[in-house]
Amino acid sequence: MLNKDTTQLTGLAATLRARIIETSSKTGTPHLGSCLSCVDILTSLYFSVLRVDTSNPRAPERDRCILSKGHGALGLFHVLAERGFYPLSDLDTYGEDGGVFAEHPPTPDHLAGIEAATGSLGHGLPLGLGMALAGRIQGQSYNVYAVLGDGECNEGSVWEAAMLAAAQKVANVCVIIDFNKWQATGRSREIMALDPLADKWRAFGWNAVEVDGHNFDELLAALAQFPNANGQPTAIIAHTVKGKGASFMEDDNNWHYRIPTAEEVIKSKIELGVAL
Amino acid sequence: MRNAFAEEMTRVAATDKRVVVLSGDIGNKLFDKLKGVDEKRFYNCGIAEANMMGVAAGMALSGLRPFVYTITPFTTTRCFEQIRVDVCYHRAPVVIVGTGSGLSYSELGPTHHSLEDMAILRTLPGMRVLAPCDASELRQALHEVLKDDSPTYIRIGKKGEADIHPSPPDLKLGKVLVVRPGTDLALLCAGNMMADTLKAADLLAANGVSAEVVSFHTVKPLDADYLQQAASRFKLLVTVEEHSRIGGFGSAIAEWRMAQPRNVAQLGFGTDDVFMHEVGSQAYARKKYGLTADNIAATTLAALQT
Repeated sequence: MLNKDTTQLTGLAATLRARIIETSSKTGTPHLGSCLSCVDILTSLYFSVLRVDTSNPRAPERDRCILSKGHGALGLFHVLAERGFYPLSDLDTYGEDGGVFAEHPPTPDHLAGIEAATGSLGHGLPLGLGMALAGRIQGQSYNVYAVLGDGECNEGSVWEAAMLAAAQKVANVCVIIDFNKWQATGRSREIMALDPLADKWRAFGWNAVEVDGHNFDELLAALAQFPNANGQPTAIIAHTVKGKGASFMEDDNNWHYRIPTAEEVIKSKIELGVAL
Repeated sequence: MRNAFAEEMTRVAATDKRVVVLSGDIGNKLFDKLKGVDEKRFYNCGIAEANMMGVAAGMALSGLRPFVYTITPFTTTRCFEQIRVDVCYHRAPVVIVGTGSGLSYSELGPTHHSLEDMAILRTLPGMRVLAPCDASELRQALHEVLKDDSPTYIRIGKKGEADIHPSPPDLKLGKVLVVRPGTDLALLCAGNMMADTLKAADLLAANGVSAEVVSFHTVKPLDADYLQQAASRFKLLVTVEEHSRIGGFGSAIAEWRMAQPRNVAQLGFGTDDVFMHEVGSQAYARKKYGLTADNIAATTLAALQT
């Protein structure tokens, strides 16, 4: 089931991006730039790495993935549908009153494939660390992945968790930073002193590697190095572009909140090489 | 109470393999025996309570039953958002234990006082709030909370609290324990004020007033059955707590009264809406806030005469 063919993954990511842009346009869902920057990270995880069984989504031995940057939920919802946790047609109810698909992930009890309801930043890594420690206590060998935003690294709880994970030598936790260089109101490295991000994780006792977050060869190679035999947790700093996939959105932070028009959806699909 | 907590948790952990204890860098040596049960199930999470609460929720979502333990302000107000989102929103069965609650750490100043904890945690959907009055209630509660999957907050004192129950009570969550029956009014106490509440009942008795003394060890959910019959039996309910009068146990009783068709009078004892800027012992602080047997009895008598 897991697919390491990077050409196929590239095609899949383009399809997912087109769907995400279309849903954003139809439902008026913001954070589109943030959703698009992590599509290749989520595609790598869900289609090439995570040991999950969509027919038994709560199996105790499953790998866990938490989208800690919960405002990327629209991207995650499409990835989970494509992975088979629920039919793509379920997303037709996106944003409807009484439904479960909104701007942030619901709790695991309300949607298959979700490990944690996120949206408030800085929660995913502590939760994931708890899950990883639980695996150690219960003799399970699953891995835990937490996808964080670069802006999210403003939160002190991220670094509290980083220190405990290193102290406890929790090698089965992997943080992937969607380093798209923006947060809501400006450049992430200017608002808080984020750099040098990889060295920060190293200084906290983690393995840290930097990759092009839109290059599947690099993403899969980095993910293959985890868990590291040196007993340290792993941070993958994925350099990404906010709004990746539609040239007129790329690295333009207006798309943190802007909603694409029907014409812009068509334009995006043409650029992505996806059928209109 | 904290020694009773460590001792009883050692028993609980020995019999229930799901139990994990997370401590926020306190209790040096307190948990040595617990670590002896299974060192994999004790974690000193450092002075980082937000992370500790998230870790506990992650463990609870993976089938474990974590108990989070540190000084009350740091395991409640400090990490309230993690309790709200990670624990309560997920309905993660985490047990939060706050030690040194109320004015137990009076000498340490308002940074270590906790007079708001029940107020804020009571607002969270699904959260149970417990305030045992002595070590025997606490010991029972530690077993009872594992019988279902609700998140729970337990506020406990420090050490040296009087034993109230002569033998271990049959404590059931959400069901009061009547410590002393009475006929004229009810003194309802949540937590570590019980010894003074009993003294107040003695003083009332000396004035010919029979007070029923009740341990409301469960502040949420309230024992509505008891309150219904108390409201019909008594002309006055008196609430006693080492907590702000805003939002705590007395407020919970007042909220219950608001929803009743027929009202019963209530008199509430708790701390004032101020920080304590002067140094003082727990006894000094209680006196400052009127939390003494003498004041409770005198004010109650005055209320009866109006």
